[in-house]
Amino acid sequence: MRTGIFMAAVMASMFLAPAAPAASDLASEKLLKSTSDHAKFKALQQDFSSGPEVTKACLTCHTEASKQLHRTQHWKWEFLNPDGQRLGKKHVINNFCTSVASNYASCTTCHIGYGFKDDKFDFASEVNVDCLVCHDTTGNYRKQPGLAGNVVTKPMEIPPGSGNMVKPIDLRKIAQEVGKTSRDNCGACHFFGGGGDGVKHGDMDSSLASPDKALDVHMDATGLNFACATCHMTEGHQVPGSRYAPTAQDKGGAHLRGKEYTSNPTTCQACHGQAPHQTNAKLNDHTDKVACQTCHIPKYARGGVPTKMSWDWSTAGRMGPDGKPLIRKDAKGHVIYTAAKGNFALGENVVPDYMWFNGKVKYTLFGDKVEKSDQPTLINHFEGSAGDGKSLIWPVKVMRGKQAYDPVNKTLAVLHMAGNDDTAFWTNFNWEKAVAVGMASVGAPFSGEVDFLETESSWPITHMVAPAKDALRCHDCHASGGRLENVPGIYIPGRASDHAGWLDTTGWAVAALTLLGVLGHGLGRVIVSRLKK
Amino acid sequence: MPRMYIFKRFERFWHWAQAALIIFMLLTGFEIHGSYALFGWERAANLHTTAAWTLIGLWLFAIFWHFTTGEWKQYIPTTRNIVAIMNYYSVGIFTDAPHPFRVTQLSKHNPLQRLAYLLVKLFINPLIWVSGLLYLYYNDLAASKIAALAGLQLGSIALVHTAAAFMMLAFLIGHLYLATTGHTPLAHIKAMITGWEDQDHPAQELSTEGARVQAARAG
Repeated sequence: MRTGIFMAAVMASMFLAPAAPAASDLASEKLLKSTSDHAKFKALQQDFSSGPEVTKACLTCHTEASKQLHRTQHWKWEFLNPDGQRLGKKHVINNFCTSVASNYASCTTCHIGYGFKDDKFDFASEVNVDCLVCHDTTGNYRKQPGLAGNVVTKPMEIPPGSGNMVKPIDLRKIAQEVGKTSRDNCGACHFFGGGGDGVKHGDMDSSLASPDKALDVHMDATGLNFACATCHMTEGHQVPGSRYAPTAQDKGGAHLRGKEYTSNPTTCQACHGQAPHQTNAKLNDHTDKVACQTCHIPKYARGGVPTKMSWDWSTAGRMGPDGKPLIRKDAKGHVIYTAAKGNFALGENVVPDYMWFNGKVKYTLFGDKVEKSDQPTLINHFEGSAGDGKSLIWPVKVMRGKQAYDPVNKTLAVLHMAGNDDTAFWTNFNWEKAVAVGMASVGAPFSGEVDFLETESSWPITHMVAPAKDALRCHDCHASGGRLENVPGIYIPGRASDHAGWLDTTGWAVAALTLLGVLGHGLGRVIVSRLKK
Repeated sequence: MPRMYIFKRFERFWHWAQAALIIFMLLTGFEIHGSYALFGWERAANLHTTAAWTLIGLWLFAIFWHFTTGEWKQYIPTTRNIVAIMNYYSVGIFTDAPHPFRVTQLSKHNPLQRLAYLLVKLFINPLIWVSGLLYLYYNDLAASKIAALAGLQLGSIALVHTAAAFMMLAFLIGHLYLATTGHTPLAHIKAMITGWEDQDHPAQELSTEGARVQAARAG
């Protein structure tokens, strides 16, 4: 009887209890994360007609933001190599679309500013800092190519004469919804480096916008769900972890809260320390020679988006039978030839190259002498060796190119690619004109001749970290012809090229002769005993 | 045929356990070296390490046993009568000559055996153990304060370890064969299993080196 009453009470209470707030409404969810609702800020309750107007509004509260941004590589597109080389997007040449110089309006779509249309850009302008490209949370903020980083606020035909009408974006709504950076913000540029999805890095493409665990254990959208900034722990808008200043070997331990660190927070060790393997301690013995990435990123371009492995500019400019610029696709529908760019080779699930890397990178810049007899020219090259005490074995994407150079002056060429003028290669398909204008834009001499040179560039592989079960196994390297077959200066048990040939030959010979000797002796005994019978 | 109890229980256990471990470690070791694929590199490496520690454990017992029982004296080398032994294995064995050595409890090994086993115990084994442990703890060498260790290259350690393994392999082949040279091919092997050795030439007893040693000890 008592039990009955109790049960009834329990059941009644189940029905009468106030329903738990259904998945807590959006407002209170936001409240947990921020003390500000940007929609309530007067400065943002207006219709903006340009990007800089939004920035002006941001600066009314975030008064020093632009000054912070002005000090960053994202803004300056410039980096001074410790050896004195002037690097950064503004200066380097690569073997993808080759250079920003002479192509500003197109390339600066990915600058965090507005109006970087030529080398006269005012780097001191505060309103030209683009806050939204990194802080948009709506996914609606877009920077269209060719507009020097400006945004479309009125209906616009892009490119002009193409008939492709682009709708304006609602800056008011976007500004009122700003928040912390996400993978989408960073990915808007970094996934598309080199002119398209996954083209450049091999370990970064749009598949990382919402990856599963198999693709990246940290960014796993339904698991740890790291944002880029979780590792690239940004302070004062300075994003650490640039490949211009990489930390090839981190000898420090895991970073603790409350302690001040000057070391790079983006390394694996900054969280995992030096001895992360618990079940098989022998693996920890590898961390003095092998970068974590080498075993834990078994392949790159694993998310279904191919990356460019080679790019041959020398074949560009072919027209189809219809007289129009030729385009060719592979069986999967990926473009492998365009008249504008030449031939590409694409790769998915690519096994990296492996090399010693100490964090120093040497570049071949405009004006540096290049020789056809010395092909391939190393656009950049990773320094390091087994014995320098600073290097680890790193996985690397090696991008192979064939690109224009001036065979008389022996310098890499600056190409004028994009632009609605008669000289741009993508309009006119004329190398001499495109190079003449390109070289003039950087004040470099040009002989009038264009030839093509094989080049190589190297890209460290560090994203797309696989689950432990998919990491490399011992035999992947401890074997002849294994992953590390071509890495010199280190003894790898199981790799035949490390064997002292004389020892193996002598050893097996001694064993064989001993065997032969005893067999002969035994045979003698058998024969003798038979004869006696 | 008269028999004599030569190999005690622990001795036999030690011998056969060691034999199994050494053969197994040669198999896994040369796989780690890269000579062939059998268990898979990772398993080979793990098994090799486990077997190494097992053998070290066995050796600790064996060393203890050798010293507490005085059996270590079985390996004191002698050259006396060694020519006769060599003659026997190169000629006498084919002519059915009697073996010049007679096994006794106090002298189980002929002079040639004594030398061979001593070589294994004092040269090949230490070479394998020292190089093997350096191999296993290579990563900690640099941290050690001993300059001679800190400067060691893995390649050099592996070289010595491999060389010692080849020596062990050659010994094993010879040893396995010589085990068949008793009065019947299986006589020695049977003795190593049961502990009882057949006395095939009791008449020669007093003329043998073994008997002399035995007499000397007894006296």
